[in-house]
Parts: sequence; C-alpha cells; structure tokens
Amino acid sequence: MSVLPSSVVASLDDILLRHRHQATELLQILIQAQQIEGWLPAATLTHIAAALGLPRARVEGVAGFYSFLYTQPVGRYRVLFSDNITDRMLGNAELLDALCRKLWIEPGHLSEDGLVSVTTTSCTGLCDQGPAMLVNGRAIGQLSHRRINEIAELIRQQRPLELWPAEYFQIDDNIRRRDALLGLDMPPGAALQAAVARGRDGWLAEMQASNLRGRGGAGFATAVKWASAKNAPGAPKVIVCNADEGEPGTFKDRVLLNSFADLVFEGMSLAAWAVGASQGFLYLRGEYRYLLPQLEAVLARRRAAGLLGTGILGQAGFDFDIAIHLGAGAYVCGEESALIESLEGKRGTPRIRPPFPVTKGYLGRPTVVNNVETLAKTCLIALGGGEAFAATGTAQSAGTKLLSISGDCAMPGIYEYPFGVPISRVLEDCGASDTQAVQVGGASGICLAGYEFHRRIAYEDVPTAGAFMIFDGTRDLFDVARAFVHFFAHESCGFCTPCRVGTSLLKGFMDKLADGHGAQADLADIDWLDRLLKNASHCGLGSAAPNPVIDTLQKFRPAYERRLVSLDFEPAFDLDAALAEARQLTGRDDSGAHLKTHEEDEK
Amino acid sequence: MNSPSPRKLRVATASLAGCFGCHMSFLDIDEHLFELVELIEFDRSPLTDIKDVGPCDIGLIEGGVCNAENVHVLREFRRNCKTLIALGACAVNGGLPAQRNHIPLAECLREVYQFRDGVANGQIPNDPELPLPLDKVRPIHEVVRVDYFIPGCPPSGPAIWKFLTDLLAGRTPRLSGGLLHYD
Amino acid sequence: MTKQFLLDGQPVPFDDGQTILEAARKAGHYIPSLCWHKDFPPHGSCKLCVVKAAGRHVSACATPAKEGWEVESNTPEINGERRGLLQMLFVEGNHFCPSCEKSGNCELQALAYEYEVLTPRFRHFFPDRPVDASHPDVLLDFNRCIFCELCVRASREIDGKSVFALTGRGIGKHLVVNAESGQLGDTDFSATDAAAHICPVGVILPKGTGFAVPIGERSFDVATIRSKTLKESS
Repeated sequence: MSVLPSSVVASLDDILLRHRHQATELLQILIQAQQIEGWLPAATLTHIAAALGLPRARVEGVAGFYSFLYTQPVGRYRVLFSDNITDRMLGNAELLDALCRKLWIEPGHLSEDGLVSVTTTSCTGLCDQGPAMLVNGRAIGQLSHRRINEIAELIRQQRPLELWPAEYFQIDDNIRRRDALLGLDMPPGAALQAAVARGRDGWLAEMQASNLRGRGGAGFATAVKWASAKNAPGAPKVIVCNADEGEPGTFKDRVLLNSFADLVFEGMSLAAWAVGASQGFLYLRGEYRYLLPQLEAVLARRRAAGLLGTGILGQAGFDFDIAIHLGAGAYVCGEESALIESLEGKRGTPRIRPPFPVTKGYLGRPTVVNNVETLAKTCLIALGGGEAFAATGTAQSAGTKLLSISGDCAMPGIYEYPFGVPISRVLEDCGASDTQAVQVGGASGICLAGYEFHRRIAYEDVPTAGAFMIFDGTRDLFDVARAFVHFFAHESCGFCTPCRVGTSLLKGFMDKLADGHGAQADLADIDWLDRLLKNASHCGLGSAAPNPVIDTLQKFRPAYERRLVSLDFEPAFDLDAALAEARQLTGRDDSGAHLKTHEEDEK
Repeated sequence: MNSPSPRKLRVATASLAGCFGCHMSFLDIDEHLFELVELIEFDRSPLTDIKDVGPCDIGLIEGGVCNAENVHVLREFRRNCKTLIALGACAVNGGLPAQRNHIPLAECLREVYQFRDGVANGQIPNDPELPLPLDKVRPIHEVVRVDYFIPGCPPSGPAIWKFLTDLLAGRTPRLSGGLLHYD
Repeated sequence: MTKQFLLDGQPVPFDDGQTILEAARKAGHYIPSLCWHKDFPPHGSCKLCVVKAAGRHVSACATPAKEGWEVESNTPEINGERRGLLQMLFVEGNHFCPSCEKSGNCELQALAYEYEVLTPRFRHFFPDRPVDASHPDVLLDFNRCIFCELCVRASREIDGKSVFALTGRGIGKHLVVNAESGQLGDTDFSATDAAAHICPVGVILPKGTGFAVPIGERSFDVATIRSKTLKESS
C-alpha cells in the first residue's frame, strides 16, 4: 500500500470529519478529496474507504462511475469543452484544436509537465451562450478564437483561476419571454405562509386542484406523487429537488437556480409541508457547481428568516431543512432512482421499480423527487390557488413551460409560454428562419420536421422538459443524430445489456456511416438495435437512446442514404489502414502492401 | 425416359487463418462423402488443389482474416459463391488467432522475429511476396457478407453433414441440440 | 382460489408477490436468465428474462405477477431479442470457448445453444482485459465477464467480504477486487467462498480442477440449460 503525505491525510480527515464519516456522503467526500491533488490517487481511495468502514472496491466503484472524478492524473488546468450539438454547430471542435495546438498537447492527453489536459464533456447547459467550456469546474461561455488565445496564455503563465478576467465567468440568464413564473416578484416566505394558512390537507387539496404535472418531461401529476409519499409508511420523509439538468439543450434550471432560487427552495418547503417531510436535498449537477456558493447563501438567508429549520413559520412539527448534494458528471442521475442511489453515495444505477421512490426512496424512506421548475411552480399555486393555475395552459397541461431555446436562431435563451404554444410561434419569436428541424426535449426527445411545426408544446402533443434546439437548412440531421448517439453511449451507466452494448453498437454504426463505410445492411441493423434498446432497456436512458435515430431515419432518411457507399455490405473499418502498422514495421509500400477499401475497386 | 439428373452443386472451400482442423472435420463425415460427391463437385479447395475460385453455389471458409491475402481470397469467394458459409470458430469469431488482438502487432512480430530465444540479428520479414498482417484478426463476417455460420472448434462431422444436407435439400439449415457446440 | 396469469396462453398459478419468472419456472415453464439467482433479490441487468406482459416489455425476474395478465415469452419476437442480447454479450467480451475451462459448464454458452445462436452477428469489441493469476487457488479471467454481479452479491451478502465490485461506466464498466494493488492475491478471498463458485461464465476459476471433467461430459453437454433449470426450480 502506498503511503499518503501527512498533509494530504490531514486534509482528508478534515473532509471526512465535516461529513461525519457517513457512507452516504461518499460522493461528496470524493468530490472534495479530489480538490487536494486534482485527482484521486489509489491511496486516497484506500484511506477514505478505511475511514468510512467501506470496502475499498466499493469506493473505487463509485470513483470510477462519475465523469468528473479522476483516478488517473489530470492537468492542474482541466479544460472540458462542452460537446452538445449546439456547441459543435458553433465550432467547438475547431476551438478545441486551436487551444491544443497553442498548448502543444494532444486532446485527451495530459501534458508532460502535468500542467493541462483538454478534452470534451457532455452538454454543460450553456447552449444559449456557447461554445462553452469548464475550466476546473468553472463555466466559461461565448468562446471565440480571441478568448481561446487569451486562455492559452493564462494557462501557460499558470495564472490562478481567481485572477482570470471576471467577464469570462459571466453567465447570462438570457430571459427573453416572461409569463406567470418568471414575472413573479414574491417576497421569500409568502407562498409558504399561504400554504401553511390552508393547513397541510388544504394545501394538498389546492395542489390537486391545480393539475400541476412534472416539468421534467414525464408529466406525472405532482399532487399524486406528494399524496403517495404522504400516505406511505416510514419516516423521516424526504423531498429531493432534481437539479441534475443533464438533458442536452436544457438550461432553464440553471436560470431558475441563478435568479429564482428562493422560488425553488420555497417549492421544496411547500412539498415538505404537504408530505410531512423533514429532510430536503437539492441534487445539483456538477456542471453547475459554480452556483453552489450563492445557493448556500440563499439557504442561509432562509434559515435566518425562519423559513427552514424547526417550527417553521411557528408551526409546531413543521421541521425541514435542505442540504445541497453535488453530482459529478453523470446524466443518468437525472433518473430519479439513480439520483437517489447517488444521494446515498453510490454509483448512479437506476433501481428496479416498483417500489417507487414515493414509498421506498432515499435510505428506503418515502421520497418525493421533483424537477426544479415543478417546485418553483408550486409557489404560484400557493399564492393564486389551484383553480386559477388549472385555468391556464391547456386542458391536460396546466400552467406555463420554460423553454431553453438554442441553435439556429437570432435570440437564444429562456422563453416562458403557456402550454399549448405552437412550435411555429416559438420559432417566430426567437428569430429562427429557414428552419429545417427542431429537436424538442433534448437528445431523448422528439425531432420535428417542417410539416410538424403546427404542433403544440403540451403533454398531450409534444411533451418536453424544455430543450428546444433549432436546426436550419444548412444542417445535416445525420450529424445531429450521431452527436446524440455518442452522448448516450458516453452516458449509459452500463447496468443492463441492451443499453451498455447497444448504445456502443449504435455508435459504431453511426461512425461507420460517417466514416464512409456505410452499407444498406447497416440501416437494417440500426433499425433492429433501435427496437431492442427501446424494448429491453432497464431505464429511460436506454429506451430513449435510439429516439434521435428513429426520428431522423424516418424524417430525414436521405441524410443517411447519401452516406452509403454500398447497397450490399461494407466492413466497418478501413482494411488498408489495418495494414498500416505492418507497413511501418516492414518498411514496405509495394502494391501488395495495400488493400482497396471498397471491394468494387478490386474487380 | 429418365429425367436428366439435376446439375451438381459446385462447392469451393478455403482455409484462411485456420488450422485446417475444420477441413479435417469435414472429411470426418466419412461414408457420407460418397453421398456428397453424387450431389456436389468441388471447385477451388485444398481437396482439389484448384488455385482460383470460379462461379460456385457454395463457399465454405475456414479461419479468420489475419492478413491481406486472406482478404483477397475471401473477397474472391464472396464474388463467386452464391452462398458463403463461415465454417468453424475462427471464421465465426476469430478464434485462436484472434487471441493476439489485445497485443499490439509490433509486439507480436518483434517477439517472434527479433527477441525470441535463439534468434540472432533477426528482423521482421519484408519480402513483397509475403502478405502483410492486419492489425487485428477479424471474423469473416466483419469483412464480407456471410450467409451462414457453423460454429465449433471444429464443428463435428455430423454437424457439418446436417448443415450441408439441409442446404442441399433446400431447407434453411439449423443446428441445435448436440450438434451445436462452440468448443 | 389461486391467482393466475397466462404465459403464452397457458395458465400459471402464482402467490402474491411472486415474480413472473419464479411462478413460471415453478409451473414448469422455462424463462431464461443469467443474472438471477434464487439466493438473492432480482438484479435485472442481463435482460435475458425479458417478456411481454400486457403488451409491455418487462424483466420477468423483477416483475411481480398480476392476476389475469397475458404474458408472452416463447415467441419469435421475444426469442429474437434474447438471441440479440446473447450476441451482444459475446461481442463485448472475449469469449473464446475452445480455450475456456468453463466450456460445457457455462450458462452463457448453454443459453446460446438453447437459442441457436450461430453467429456473433455484430463486430467484436476485442477489449483488452488482462487476467489476474495472483491468487494461489483461484484465477480471474475478466475477458468473459457479463456483469451479472453474482460474485459481487455473493461475496458481500454470503461471505461478508465484499471482494468484488464494479467500477467504470457504460461499455467501460469492469470488475475490480478489494485491494489497492488490484490483485486478487492481496484480498481475503478464499477458494471456499460462495463467490468462488457462483460465476455463471468463466471469470472465477478455481485452479487445478479445470479439466477434471472432460469436455463432452459436462453439465450442458449432457442436459440443456432449459431442462437443468426446470429440474432445479421444481
């Protein structure tokens, strides 16, 4: 066993103590322990395991699960380019190459002096101000060649991040259209006051009357969820705010947490009041870590104001507080049971359901997991009553929806519309022209072609968690689908066979087409994989993974067909390239040392 | 009047990166060989010593694809055979030769030609007459379209016989029960 | 009156809380599985037990039976999906049966026989997974791991040791052992552990016994996995 320097041991023990040596805090402990050396050496994992009384293999299992935890050394400057399709459309690949060239490094490889590493990461939720990157977890948007040059210089000079120009880290809300929620000016506590005045049952009745449905995309009735948790045996009950906003193209929660955090936390308290919960968690995606200090400040203010703690608003027995847990780069943790596993300090693997979290959630206790926007919306219901809320939007989709608009339009940003707004209206408002397709609901959502722009944003027509990515006539929808397939393959937790292997196989087929090796037979195999993923996957990630391919194959099939080089069969790899190593070893370059890539050329 | 006897089906066979064990197993169908030659005639095959494959009904490929020559032969078979069959583990999944796939090619060749005990001043052969090895050994279905697969190391004589009789009789071949083995 | 559901049109009785898989097998109907084990709660990762219940795909091992359900299992559609899942498991690892000690006793291989898998169908991943021979009595050959976590569960829940765990994610997921060196020889693993004898494939192999029973006379050489499983479930 390798020995840790005593200073590292002291820092680790301090972290462990702050987390009361709780195994449920393992992920939080690992995130903080990584701050010490920038990565997690083997001996650090051993030390943490021993201190928590956990098997070391389990700690290694957790450390290996999350993208932002490193068990190999990374650069003192760790640069991650956001790689959503919208970043790609804004030229992130070229900027990444430029930065690597200036720093004399290979993408994905640590520089020899250990100074810097540059690679990509899944969508960072800055699609309205991309291309974006994270440097040691801090978000920088609006990247340009000029900015990249400056960043390269700052890294070369080893300038501490705190001394980088402040405007780099300026993240704009870009709110373009306000309706009920974003127009609300509520003093903290007002909604809670109103709900408490109605009593727990009266408040739940208002929620039932509101017809509020979950804004995470699935659209489950919020009051039903709350009532189930309320009636389930077991305590203390738990309210979780799912701020693991990982769906590519979605950034509304970023804005709500940045500028409307009181509404979100108040929503959690409203849920706690209805359910009788005493413990709250905000699960904040690692990409939004930069919001942590200001969110903690809001929580502190609310505690001081008596809106969190014991006997809230003078109600005996209304005890509720909120802790913020960080994620560390795992899209699958947006699935509620995977999120709960992660909260418990484990790998973010979705659980078998039933039982559902409302009966057996965090540590087996009744747990409500709600989306950020859903919770914020409950303030409107507390203030204005359930019936008034139900009267807005459409019959089956009450209220408004925040859309995160990005891609080919003049004014990307956040737009709040009453449910029922047609796609065409949204396109007009955000200044999109020559629109070829819109991806609604992110990578797992639906790709709409021009003939569908009359359709409406609503659970009964086009449901969405809020992502709205626009592609104009210059875009290739195959590239779009391929980017999403790469995303799912990277984010698959690997638990079930169809998703673990299927997303990788699907990626292989899309790359095969992209690399000019496509054959007609591949389209049939893609179809078959799509169906198996959809049918047999353990959770929504796997069953949604083929969506972008299914939609684009149906609506933009020529984008695939024009990539086929054979109507029969083609190998997935370049046969001539497979001889390159042998050519190099033998120094040969005669005609026998080459293979024609396509069989037709050989005849 | 007797109806003319049906045309014999033309069959070609080859061993790529294999050990000829599958061909040996083919011969293990023993007395069925007499029935078989009534129904088929051989084109290119180690059994006939014909060097180039002509138009055929059935091609049987033993062995995976480990070098440029294998690719040429396999493509030639695919072009000429209406039905192409992967015969045995190596053709089906790369088999034993594919066990080198996790070792870089340079390491393999240097180990054999330069660093092995008893080799002095060895060098990796570069004669243009020799086919160059691919970086990885591939099952044949990763290089051409393959119609049928007979697994086994080698497939047993009875399995090969069952498969061929199905095929010759116009039935979609099936291997199940004791005839299907991977070892 | 006992409750029942219909499996491929045949009535299957069940008790409340019993899963589709348990009830079916008890009644003599075979539903395949790799990660399910009678001594542990359902895992639901291999998906071999996929069935269509009331028109929806579910894992039979993890889904409690429901009165009156119509469940499809032995149909061309579902068996085709099972074959596909088996092919996926074969191409993602390095499954070279002729050199594997477990051949003939391997459940993955036996299921592939059962579902007449003649071809791997997809491109092989050929991953690089070095073996671990550090333990005096047991060899670990990770090339064959199918991530059923039976060893993880057995070591944790029966042996009380937690010798095994999974790390990594997605296609990079892999099995690790409970030692900083990463070597099984540096753990408290013993050949008498339950975890040493639970691997359905050829990852965890007790040394010195590999060919005690010759190929051709092994479990699935003499009986199909279907008949063996049904015999054990009755």
